Amino acid sequence: MSLAVPDEATTTAVEPHSLPPIEAGHGDEGIAWTHRHLLDVDILTWPEIELVLRTAAAMREVLARPIARVPALRGSTVAILFYEVSTRTRVSFELAAKALSADVVNIAAQSSSVAKGESLVDTVRTIEALGASTLVMRHPVSGAPYLAAEHFGGSVINAGDGWHAHPTQALLDLATMRAHLPDGSVAGRKVVILGDVLHSRVARSNLWTLTAAGADVWLCGPATLLRGFEAWAVASVGGPAGSGAPAGGRRFTVTSDIAAALRDAAVVMALRIQRERMSGSLLPSLREYAARFGLTRARLALAGPGALVMHPGPMNEGVEIAPDVAVGPTSVITDQVTTGLAIRMALLYLLAGARGGSGGSGGGDGGGGGPA
Amino acid sequence: MPFSGRRIMTADEVRRATVRISHEIVEKHGGTESLVLVGIQRRGVPLARRMADAIEEHEGRRPPVGALDITFYRDDLSTIAQQPVVKGTDLPFDLNGLTVVLVDDVLYTGRTIRAAMDALVDFGRPRAIRLAALVDRGHRELPIRADHVGKNVPTAREEVVRVRVAEIDGEDGVDLEWAEEPVSAVTVG
Repeated sequence: MSLAVPDEATTTAVEPHSLPPIEAGHGDEGIAWTHRHLLDVDILTWPEIELVLRTAAAMREVLARPIARVPALRGSTVAILFYEVSTRTRVSFELAAKALSADVVNIAAQSSSVAKGESLVDTVRTIEALGASTLVMRHPVSGAPYLAAEHFGGSVINAGDGWHAHPTQALLDLATMRAHLPDGSVAGRKVVILGDVLHSRVARSNLWTLTAAGADVWLCGPATLLRGFEAWAVASVGGPAGSGAPAGGRRFTVTSDIAAALRDAAVVMALRIQRERMSGSLLPSLREYAARFGLTRARLALAGPGALVMHPGPMNEGVEIAPDVAVGPTSVITDQVTTGLAIRMALLYLLAGARGGSGGSGGGDGGGGGPA
Repeated sequence: MPFSGRRIMTADEVRRATVRISHEIVEKHGGTESLVLVGIQRRGVPLARRMADAIEEHEGRRPPVGALDITFYRDDLSTIAQQPVVKGTDLPFDLNGLTVVLVDDVLYTGRTIRAAMDALVDFGRPRAIRLAALVDRGHRELPIRADHVGKNVPTAREEVVRVRVAEIDGEDGVDLEWAEEPVSAVTVG
């Protein structure tokens, strides 16, 4: 029994992207953030993605201060409701909210009234009644945050829903790549997303932001873990008008040929094998997976010199990524975590603005009454 | 948009006011030792740089210049409709024991300065904080005054004082304009 062989490789040759270069629109101040919720990255235009990254850069500066806390969200409450286990994302959101001086309530579904059978909608209404203005939510069912958003008066941030989306991860991945790639741009560069693509909300959200940034995205894994993904990707990213994809298409390739995928790559992102989401036997064994698709030093050598190594965590070291690669000289995995904090601060801040207050007389100084 | 305002400071007057303030800063401080200038984003930053240049010209030593973004310290973040764009803070020195001169283009309600002082003390404990403003237009809402003022301009609340600096706006000058709509301070930069 063996895994899919490379000759099954399915390749989509979408025509090259025709997006504006990534540096376009620097310094523009006219971009207004209007989204009350962040449920998926596919609602974001490129200037909005840039606004998030710019705001996150300011947040990194805040995090470097002797007192890494600013009063921007003082008096507001952020509720963190997780129906799946998590360490880094939950802690990251909690620290981000605290760095902006918000109050934080953590609700783990396992120890809340959810265990008594309370419905999602009831839980969300209760959280709102208790005064939370932002709900950060992770749920094993794709689309659950959309239901929550319909019943929540404040902002909902999707911290991962099933196979569907993980918007803050995609934004922090993009920010990390731009911080480490020469000239700070992913445009035209080859980015490989390797592993359990099928079950990965990280892969889906990253496909959107990376193709928007003009990257050449390759999704690679055993055929059993790619099945159906390509059709989804074509429909959502390279899809017809109305999907949000710019005319001219975005560039991505889906393949089981790991050598072709890694060749000359600038970034290699290994994905966690998500056994908890697998039904049936999609993999003969983890050992065989590691042998065929694990990111080892030898495989990484196929990529371009200095190729960045990324992983959304948590890692199964020795399965999808070799321990020495995970801590290798070009690994930016820990920087992904730090950047995630800044990205989540930026989003909490921007969403609070879109929720807006009265907009009334404005108690601000406004110095000259205009730009001051 | 047709120009509907009245020029209250020409480019030359802006230059002279900036140079005069730079002299005043050094005189009040008694030299340039332990002195730093911190411009408030956005137009306070180029003004602070110019003052530092002028001080270097007549004192032979240029005080360090920093930039301060006060967005996260505003007291109206929960009431305005749109988050202001963050311009970034850069204070390349240890504030402890220094005399910090805050530089802003317009002094109005004083709320920007309150926010700026809150931000500064999060970075350390300056020996003193002083304030220089190119224009003081009155209407204070907090007990704050400037140590150095380029020009005092009596205004109505319905008026807008628009400071233009070459580094951002392509020219120097200060205009007094009539607000088309009630002034709601949406952008503090």
